Amino acid sequence: MSHVRYIDKTREYYRAQGYTTPYRWAHFDDIPFTPLARPLAECRVGLVTTSEMAIRDTPPPVPDDDPLRDPYWLPSDTPVGRLYSRKTAYDRFATTLDDVDAYLPLTRLHELVAEGRIGSLAPRFAMAFSQYSQRKTLTVDAPRILSWLREDRVDVAVLTAV
Amino acid sequence: MSLVARHLEEHGIPTVVFGCARDIVEHCGVPRFLFCDFPLGSPCGKPFDAVMQRDIVARGLDLLASAPAPGTTVRAPYEWDEDTWKEKCFTEERPFLDEEATARWLERKQAYRDVKAAGTA
Repeated sequence: MSHVRYIDKTREYYRAQGYTTPYRWAHFDDIPFTPLARPLAECRVGLVTTSEMAIRDTPPPVPDDDPLRDPYWLPSDTPVGRLYSRKTAYDRFATTLDDVDAYLPLTRLHELVAEGRIGSLAPRFAMAFSQYSQRKTLTVDAPRILSWLREDRVDVAVLTAV
Repeated sequence: MSLVARHLEEHGIPTVVFGCARDIVEHCGVPRFLFCDFPLGSPCGKPFDAVMQRDIVARGLDLLASAPAPGTTVRAPYEWDEDTWKEKCFTEERPFLDEEATARWLERKQAYRDVKAAGTA
């Protein structure tokens, strides 16, 4: 079966709930492109995700009622077993967020570093929220994440959309 | 996520996006996209299947080097066990958010409008 048309499907779903103005998904005619400058085995990999990670038995990094929900980061050497996702927007009927590596592949990336497939993993990974405001994502969240990746001297970035 | 990828790429960092919503990511346009045709929430493979996850992550990393042009999509060669989820997601039978999450979403949406109106966002 072909892939799900989420744009059409969510438009119908929310229209049926009484939302008359459909969400306008971001669209651009041009796509930027930066060629890889060195072999992957020499690259430091940065990791960015929308999976709203938190550390067990500690307060959530961003309170649930925070309207701005700015990006934040956690250390990449946090044991995966201590991490969990606070994300509620996923297909909770069909899958689970109980295995972190199915959406934030920290263990898999550590393995690839150990094997020499990639040079190293950045010391922290970044969380970006799926915002209502594309303007905020573009003018606040994305520049902040870029500054962290630059501070960590990242060569390439892996982004997981959850 | 696509917007962040574009921003990083515009500023000199090659990116690869792992995701399950092919139409949304391609509508936005990202440099490199490893598409996993799985339910939302599992963009790097099936939960608890480390072998599959390893293969998918490696394919995405390879794309960093092999993508010939911006807007390159590679589909991971795996199928979910059954595909009834494709018809059932975003239906009355399977509401995307539960009631509590929906309430929080609406509260935050209004709170964001308020801070924006106050000029602090």
